[in-house]
Amino acid sequence: MKLDARIPDGPIDTKWERHCFELKLINPANKRKFRVIVVGTGLAGASAAASLAELGYQVDAFCFQDSPRRAHSIAAQGGINAAKNYQGDGDSIYRLFYDTVKGGDFRAREANVYRLAQVSVNIIDQCVAQGVPFAREYGGYLDNRSFGGAQVSRTFYARGQTGQQLLLGAYQALARQVGNKKVRMHRRCEMLDLVLVDGHAKGIITRDLITGEISRHAADAVILATGGYGNAFFLSTNAKGCNVTAAYRAYKKGAAFANPCYTQIHPTCIPVAGDHQSKLTLMSESLRNDGRIWVPKQKGDRRAAGDIPAQDRDYYLERKYPSFGNLAPRDIASRAAKEVCDEGRGVGPRGLGVYLDFAESIQRLGSHVIEERYGNLFEMYNRITGEDPYASPMRIFPAVHYTMGGLWVDYNLMSNLPGLFVLGEANFSDHGANRLGASALMQGLADGYFVVPYTIGHYLAGQRPAAVSTEHAEFARAEEETRQRISTFLSLKGSRTADSFHRELGAVLWDHCGMSRSASGLKEALRRIPALRQEFWENLRVPGSGADLNQSLEKAGRVADFMEFAELLCHDALTREESCGGHFREEYQTSEGEAQRDDANFTHVSAWEFKGLESPPEEHREPLIFENVPLAVRSYK
Amino acid sequence: MALSGLLLVGFLLGHLAGNLLVFKGRQAMNDYAEFLKNSPELLWTARIGLLLIFAVHLLTGIRLQLVSRGARPVAYHKKGHLVSSSASRSMLLTGAVVLVYLLFHLAHFTLGLVSPEDFQLTEQVIRDGVASSRPDVYGMMLAGFQHDWLVALYVLGMILLGMHLSHGIASLFQSLGIRHARYTPMIEISAKILAWLLAAGFIMVPLSLRSGLLEAA
Amino acid sequence: MRLKLHVWRQRGPADAGQMVSYDMPDVSPDMSFLEMLDVLNERLTLEGEEPIAFDHDCREGICGACGLVINGIAHGPTRGTTTCQLHMRSFKDGDEIWIEPWRARAFPVIKDLVVDRKSFDRVIESGGFISVNTGSAPEANILSVAKDSADQAFEYAACIGCGACVAACKNASAMLFVGAKVSHLASLPQGRVEAGRRARAMVSAMDAEGFGSCTNQFECEAVCPKDISVRAIAKMNREYLRAGLLESES
Repeated sequence: MKLDARIPDGPIDTKWERHCFELKLINPANKRKFRVIVVGTGLAGASAAASLAELGYQVDAFCFQDSPRRAHSIAAQGGINAAKNYQGDGDSIYRLFYDTVKGGDFRAREANVYRLAQVSVNIIDQCVAQGVPFAREYGGYLDNRSFGGAQVSRTFYARGQTGQQLLLGAYQALARQVGNKKVRMHRRCEMLDLVLVDGHAKGIITRDLITGEISRHAADAVILATGGYGNAFFLSTNAKGCNVTAAYRAYKKGAAFANPCYTQIHPTCIPVAGDHQSKLTLMSESLRNDGRIWVPKQKGDRRAAGDIPAQDRDYYLERKYPSFGNLAPRDIASRAAKEVCDEGRGVGPRGLGVYLDFAESIQRLGSHVIEERYGNLFEMYNRITGEDPYASPMRIFPAVHYTMGGLWVDYNLMSNLPGLFVLGEANFSDHGANRLGASALMQGLADGYFVVPYTIGHYLAGQRPAAVSTEHAEFARAEEETRQRISTFLSLKGSRTADSFHRELGAVLWDHCGMSRSASGLKEALRRIPALRQEFWENLRVPGSGADLNQSLEKAGRVADFMEFAELLCHDALTREESCGGHFREEYQTSEGEAQRDDANFTHVSAWEFKGLESPPEEHREPLIFENVPLAVRSYK
Repeated sequence: MALSGLLLVGFLLGHLAGNLLVFKGRQAMNDYAEFLKNSPELLWTARIGLLLIFAVHLLTGIRLQLVSRGARPVAYHKKGHLVSSSASRSMLLTGAVVLVYLLFHLAHFTLGLVSPEDFQLTEQVIRDGVASSRPDVYGMMLAGFQHDWLVALYVLGMILLGMHLSHGIASLFQSLGIRHARYTPMIEISAKILAWLLAAGFIMVPLSLRSGLLEAA
Repeated sequence: MRLKLHVWRQRGPADAGQMVSYDMPDVSPDMSFLEMLDVLNERLTLEGEEPIAFDHDCREGICGACGLVINGIAHGPTRGTTTCQLHMRSFKDGDEIWIEPWRARAFPVIKDLVVDRKSFDRVIESGGFISVNTGSAPEANILSVAKDSADQAFEYAACIGCGACVAACKNASAMLFVGAKVSHLASLPQGRVEAGRRARAMVSAMDAEGFGSCTNQFECEAVCPKDISVRAIAKMNREYLRAGLLESES
């Protein structure tokens, strides 16, 4: 396997422009001869499908949900970054680029990040034109707020529902093309395999979740925009349906998987309430703008929050990181919370929580201002916990939220498999080892609206349109494998549900490959996961049949892939012998407990090649070169 | 629905104004009746117009019901509601009863089928020194409402009409797209008040006639 | 606490379906409603029965996938809440709970509590967008939008497309869903250009799907998990009438 990132030469600020000029074009009349498959309809998938259809390509879009509007991008709360500098506070494309590279702990590709910062401004323009109701000032112009990891206000938002509003914008653009018959929308249709013909991605195998029908779909290129793998941990802020199957199937077909150990633990989630817990709910990071995080100074202080006087409170983020305070980046804030809970100073019934306190802001700004800013979040908190955050502080705890790792892609967002493009959270490219708040929405839309519509043409220009049909033997083979797998699930008749295996897998990952990792813990996980996987394939029980809606069967397929993927995740975490961003190895920390990078040995992307289940994956390294942002210790003190 | 309803409310207001003349006495009432009788163009335009509006209201109502029934082929086992008024939920019922009432009312006072002898009552008037006779609508009403069952029927009909209107009038503003954060609550209250004032106005006539309040005048 | 559930079970679109009762002996008040069904499903699976199919995804009240009629009320007893955000502390020991799918001709049942809401997508496809191609947008701050209009637009845009409005309406009308989209886009200057065409197209698409008519009872507003006001319907009626009166059909 050869990894060529295809980063254009020249100064960083003109790379993309020049690259666009050098990319081959397809004339408008020929575009309709090409068919593109887009899997996933979140921000990246919907925006790509709509934009490609507008350009004239024939598009087949797939989502496992009942409507493309339900993709999990919809749950993003806080906002979207863009280097508009509307506040005149010193922002610029260069600063957004700089903040993102630094925030990613110098493990992202400079050229990609710079392009992301460049197109960020176009995203806002596009979304406003689509009717996204961003927050505005009284003068009628767009409002901004500040967000973790930045010292400028560059985050655009629509109350606490920014992801929803952006996704609906992209969904509506997609719906317009479905109505125009330029996009064939396949709902409740799950991709179960990728089909390669002569090494090129030329189609997928899907299962219709209502009828159980297995189908072949051929195209000239395949785009995966299938999100992250946070649900490997079972409990995460992801939607229940989020899964790694599409990306993992591509990996098994030869696509390199990059940096799977970069998982982001979000600092502000509602703590676990009991064993029945099925998912964790995020409280937007934007809350940290006005909320102060603290725990009692004394271990085991069980007094009610309101009874603890100021001198007995430890505002630990403000204490440790005075210049960023409560807005310290996510990885740092999460680890700090874990640290105080490990010391026994955690709050709430399980001792796994810290306070996020709005009392001071309510006093300073009035509760109506707080309500206007965060009303829906406060309501959500109240609904889930039964507690009123206007009266007593919220309790929060970190939870798995986002995954920076993903399928390896080059500058054109094409994987090492020609014709396979990967967008949004599903790829690895822009966030390095840690993603800054309000950057996921930016990346998803950048990839879908402003990158892949240019770069895919370059690949397609070298292809003969509709060269492959579903009659090709590779399709038959992939379909047969998919059928086999489904009938195996149904034939096992064991005594455990897929959910119970998933819960157990999640617990292993959270304990050993969660907020902090160690070689011994990872080795323990690597011992337990294959054993669990073996039990899964012997003792799984999937009721019902494959010929109709069978949610247990869907779940079984996803858990089976998580089982294998979890091993890859731990393997990568074990190999990366340094601490960076979301990946914290206990062996590699400073005397103050801060993450310690090893730039001499690990300034590279680890891209893994599948070598069969019984052999370890093979690592390929893409060196990362920092020409513009000098490698430095990431300090938020 | 809303437009025809609006026009019918307009008619009801006119009708009520006419009915209330009964409180001004026999002469005012019969003058009004004679005026109508002597302006056949006006009377028949109004009658045909009314009939058309009524037909539209009835047919759109039936169509609405059919579409809505078809829109939910399988009913809920457990039915619940949170905010809708009983008036709004029984528009079909109140509408149907009002229709039956209306047919009876036409038979009674327009066609004279219910008590033909009352329908023949006349009044002698002397105009420019010449005596002539004209229909005695006042007397007809007085005679008509001497039966308790008839009064009860009219009162009941009007109560149901009031219910029908209490949802209908407020609702037509919404259907016509007239809604405003500040004015809508006022509109809704005024609409309900108007609905019940109309019903009360109509009810007053048979009650007053039956109770003998008007006989003295 | 101990609960008795009566759940609609239907094998497939062609099956007649029926209510089936289940005893739930040990329900924690901190569970969400769907977590309670998870527990029941785990039990059914191990007992060799098929688990109850129901739609759900984000479980934080924003994706709009979930939706059950609970004791006759869409999304259950708590106002402004999706089914996934309903917690068992809203019920008490010994309660009987009836659980049914959304019922509407335009939402045919697929299995058990899962319905097909493609009709909503088709209504949006008919005109629920602003026609702007990627890349043709002007600089965002060229356009100034009054804060009130933007806030208003947001209120309407908050719709999650769950379909509770249809489920709760006596007439299975989709006016609140369609009204919310028409009103969201018509509240913004960017959306005014196509406002009339949009209102007409979406209303006729809605009628073609077999939704019922609005009789202004406002049950939709009462069950809407995002508290979308029936002002949206009035505004749509206004846009529709205006389009009919002032714009030519061509």
